[in-house]
Order: sequence, then C-alpha cells, then structure tokens
Amino acid sequence: MRKVLGALAAVLLGIVAWESYKAVGDPDGTVVAGVRILPRSDDAAMPHVLDVVRRLARPELAGGRPVWQVLVDACLFTLGITTVGFLVGALVGLLLAVLMQRFRVAERGLLPWVVLSQTVPLVALAPLVAGWGGRIWPAWMSVSMIAAYLAFFPVAVGMLRGLQSPSPAGVELMRSYAAGWWRTLLKLRLPAATPYLFPALRLAGAAAVVGAVVGEISTGTRGGIGRLVIEYSREATTDPAKVYTAMLGAALLGLVVAGAVAALEFPLTRHRRKVLLP
Amino acid sequence: MRRLALPLAALLLISACGTADDPGGTSTKDGVTTVKLQLQWFYQAQFAGYIAAVEKGFYTEQGLKVELLEGGVDIVPQTVLAQGRADYAVAWVPKALASREQGAQITDVGQFFARSGSYQVSFANKGINSPGDLKGKKVGNWGFGNEFELFAGMTKAGLDPGKDVTLVQQQFDMQALLRGDIDAAQAMSYNEYAQLLEATNPATGKLYTPADFTVIDWNKVGTAMLQDAVWASTERLKDKSYQDTTVKFLAGTIKGWAFCRDNAEACRDLVVAKGSKLGASHQLWQMNETSKLIWPSTKGIGLVDEADWQRTVDLSMSTKNQDGKTVLTKKPDGTAYTNEYVQKALDQAKSAGVDVQGAGFTPKQVTLNAGGA
Repeated sequence: MRKVLGALAAVLLGIVAWESYKAVGDPDGTVVAGVRILPRSDDAAMPHVLDVVRRLARPELAGGRPVWQVLVDACLFTLGITTVGFLVGALVGLLLAVLMQRFRVAERGLLPWVVLSQTVPLVALAPLVAGWGGRIWPAWMSVSMIAAYLAFFPVAVGMLRGLQSPSPAGVELMRSYAAGWWRTLLKLRLPAATPYLFPALRLAGAAAVVGAVVGEISTGTRGGIGRLVIEYSREATTDPAKVYTAMLGAALLGLVVAGAVAALEFPLTRHRRKVLLP
Repeated sequence: MRRLALPLAALLLISACGTADDPGGTSTKDGVTTVKLQLQWFYQAQFAGYIAAVEKGFYTEQGLKVELLEGGVDIVPQTVLAQGRADYAVAWVPKALASREQGAQITDVGQFFARSGSYQVSFANKGINSPGDLKGKKVGNWGFGNEFELFAGMTKAGLDPGKDVTLVQQQFDMQALLRGDIDAAQAMSYNEYAQLLEATNPATGKLYTPADFTVIDWNKVGTAMLQDAVWASTERLKDKSYQDTTVKFLAGTIKGWAFCRDNAEACRDLVVAKGSKLGASHQLWQMNETSKLIWPSTKGIGLVDEADWQRTVDLSMSTKNQDGKTVLTKKPDGTAYTNEYVQKALDQAKSAGVDVQGAGFTPKQVTLNAGGA
C-alpha cells in the first residue's frame, strides 16, 4: 500500500515539475552564449499534461480508434518481442556465466568479448540483424535478437560474479562431501548467486525494452511502440501532444517489464534474509 | 533448491526457433514469380504506384506476386538490393550511384520520378526568393546525402555554402522553421511542405497558407537531381528470366502509377488501408504531388532522360557539401542505367491501352486539414 502511494506521489511530483517549469520557464528556452541550456516551454515543445491525456482519448486518425487503444496494442506487441529477447538474453547470459565459471580459460577468453560486444553501436548491428528477418526467422525475431543482444550482458557479468561468490570454505566443504562440479553448482553456487542474479535481471529487462524499441525504429518493424514513436514524431509540427502519448506508452512498457521481473524475484527471495553484497 | 529450479526450467523451455524458409531471390511456383521490392520508407503515397499495382492486381496480371518491404531508419534500399535481400529497390539516383561507386552492383531500370520533389522553404517576409538570397541566412538541411541540390543551387548562385550561410542540421519536422530558428528549411513537396500548411498560424488562429511562404524549387533553379527510381541487380540482369521478370514488374508498376494518376482518392484509400499513420488529407496531398513529379511524361513514364541523368551525374561529381565531399568521385562505370526493359514494358502497356504519357494530367487542388486529418 505504501509502495503504491509512493509511486503515485512520484508520478504526481513529475507532473507538477513539468507543469511548473512550463509556467515559469522561458517559452523560447534559456540561451547562454548561443547554447540553449534550458529547453523551450511552449506548447509545441512541452504540451500540457492534460492535453496529452486528452489526446489519448481522441482518435488516432479521423474516424479511427482512440490513441490509447492503439498504444495498448503496440505495447503488447513490443512486450512480446521484449519477452522473447529478455528470455533468450537471460538464458545466453546464464549459460555464458556457467561456462566462464567452470573453465577459467573460458573466462579469460570470453569476458573481454562479452564486454566488447556492448561497445558495438546498435545502429551498426541493426541493419545486419534485420537482414536475417524473413529468411532465418520471422521479421519480428530480428528485433527480439537485438533486445537479447543488449539483455545478455548484465546477466552474464552479474551471474559470473554470483557463481564465484561462495567462500572457499564452502567450496571446500562441498569437495569434502565428494560433490562433483554439477552438484556444487546446483547446491552451492546457484543459490549463492541469486542475490546477484536479480539485480542483473532487472538491468536485462530494461535493456531488452530499449533494444526492442530501438530495434523497431531501426528496422522499420510494424506494429510496436518503437514504430509508433517514430510515426508520431513525424507529426510533431502539428500535433505535439501525440508524440508524447507514444513516449508515455514506451515508459509504461518499461514499468510493466520492471514489474514483471520484480514479481519473478519475490517468490524466490522472500524466504531469504537480506543478503548484503560485499 | 526446488524454488530455483523452476525459473531455470522455464528459461530452458524457451523455444526461440524461427521458421527457416524462403532463401531469397525470385522463386517461381505454379507460374507465379515472387518478387520483393524494398521501399525507402514506411507505406505512404510516395509509393502509391507500387501499392496500387499490388492491391489492384496489376502485378498478378503479369504473373508476379510482389511483396513490398517497408523501409526503416537504418534500412538502405540499394544495399538491401545489392545484398540480394530484395529483387528490386526504390532509391534516389545520387544516393544509389554513391553506393554503386562503393561496389553495389545495381542498375536503374525505371526512372519513375522525372522531377525532383525537394524545396527550400522560408517565410515570405524573409524575402528569400532565389538561392542567392540565402546569403547570410540560417539554412536548414537534412544532410545524409539529401542536401546536394541545395548546395548545388547555392554554388550556382555564387555562394560558398561553407562561408556565406550558416548551415543548420534540420530535424525531420518543421518546428525549426515555424519558430524562426532557421530562415529556410529543406522540405519535400509531398511531405514536409504539407506539414507546414497543416500547422496553425498563431497570429491568425488559422492554418498557414501557401502565401505565407516562399518556395525555392530546384527544378526551376536547374540544380534538380533525379530521385525515386527502380533499381535492379546488375549481375542478375544477365539472366534471361530476371530480365523477363523486370519487364513484367515495370509493366505492372507503370499501370499502377497510371491508375493513381487517374484515381487519386482511390489510391489514397489504398495507402491508408495499408496502415499509414498519416492523415487522409495529407496522403491525398502527397498522392497529388507525387503524380506531379511523374506526369505528364512526354516520352513515357519510367524512361531515363539522358539530359537529366547527365545533370544528376555532373552535380554529383562537382557539388561539395559542408564537409567538402562530393557524392561521386568519378563517372559511374558500367551499366548505371538502362532503358531497355522499361521500353519493353512501355510498349506492352501501350498496346494494352494504358496512357503512359498522361498528357491530359491536371493536378488537383487538395485542401489540407489541420494536422493532415
């Protein structure tokens, strides 16, 4: 209950901040030495929150469905893409982490590549992956792969750390029981890794959303929220409130995914005492 | 332990399998050849001819099943074509020639837009009526190869684009012009210019009118470059069956554009039905302006005009942008364009009774509504 109230208060605070900047800010922005340091606050750049909400209720196109319905559909489509991307990414990250924990040489050889993978700009990667769509897999799967590409990284790194976290005494105890690597993994390392796993999964969830939205924009995949962001932004000249409705949808999607990961975490960690990370 | 096993099992259960089929390239099945066309952008009236040919069955008449591939921010149509992921692509001539110079084996087989749709627009009270008037002004441009007509126009007027004007990277909406951040903005006649006329003038509370703006039309200045054309794979053009498919595809496309010339409203509806998010009046405007870039076509739609081609190549080699780069460093080698197939398609269309010149074409007066609705 307190959490819900807190969340509501945060949303309210955001709205108040937005509207009060609109009220006091210079409509033409604040320019110092030719550089605009504060954004414009006119209706074209920052429409009133109420206008954006009203825009949600009005039809997307004359005679069409209201914007909010279109947004919900688009969010569900992107949620599907994100989910597949997240799960694939998490699985790959997990397997990589186990592999790197098991073989020291794998850690030495793979970890730099894992880190390097995240420095490849998405814009360079997207056209390549998009090309696989319709040939190796359906077009939407390309976007999922972009999401997975961003999502696997925090899981791989976080999980590796988690698997390596048991104390030498614990490992030695397992050895004294004549437990093999597999048993040690299941009984000791994986349980010990959960406090590392869930923060990593949260990061992966956020990364998967970003990957899905950017991937849609980049590959021109129809049906999702990323596509709506760019479609609506073309109307920024005449209908600025509409642009913000799409961003609202994207934000909502992020919250849903974050909530879903948190929901996954709850039943698995509630019996544990809070573990302090070193 | 069991608690942890559950999500692990769930993770392992994920089946991320895609369907592996469709190896790309034309495939003929039961006498129907499947063809993929890569567009430059999302469905909009700029591509109405192709959309109409699909929806009205003009390709089917030719024994083709055409699949239209929408563009995206990072999708370069001529690259998609060169990599064999599409059979044909729609692309602007200068950009496609630049890709060609970098090794893309592609040939212009149908020059559907005979004229350029690029404008440089400013408020009427700024007094910018010719490229020379841009001197000392803030000039918006999109970059990424969309700016060369503007730079050629300024160079022709004796300006040094690097020194005599302030160049501003322009967004894909027209806010910057309307707010006065820039004095002149790049706009396509069929899109951004319409956006201006769909916006409300705060001074009057009504929509802006054409009288509020002055337009520099590069066709009139003489620095226009050829735009939308259909490109084919140079390598595959050696193959007889691809040649036949090309003629059939062009014949269907010619019929599609002729249909849209005569039935603008029907084509607008086809585009809107394809899921375009732009409003109906905006699409009708775009349809009308697109037709103006094609019709009337004195020699016949789709033929490359030698003089226009030469001017496009010359400007591509001589015009420097702000980075001092030209589009091309040398003349295009090999078969950069050919009229061979489109001529066959034209003959075929003519004998089928299609008006391929549209001498009687008169543009409509399209009324734009607020926001393009």
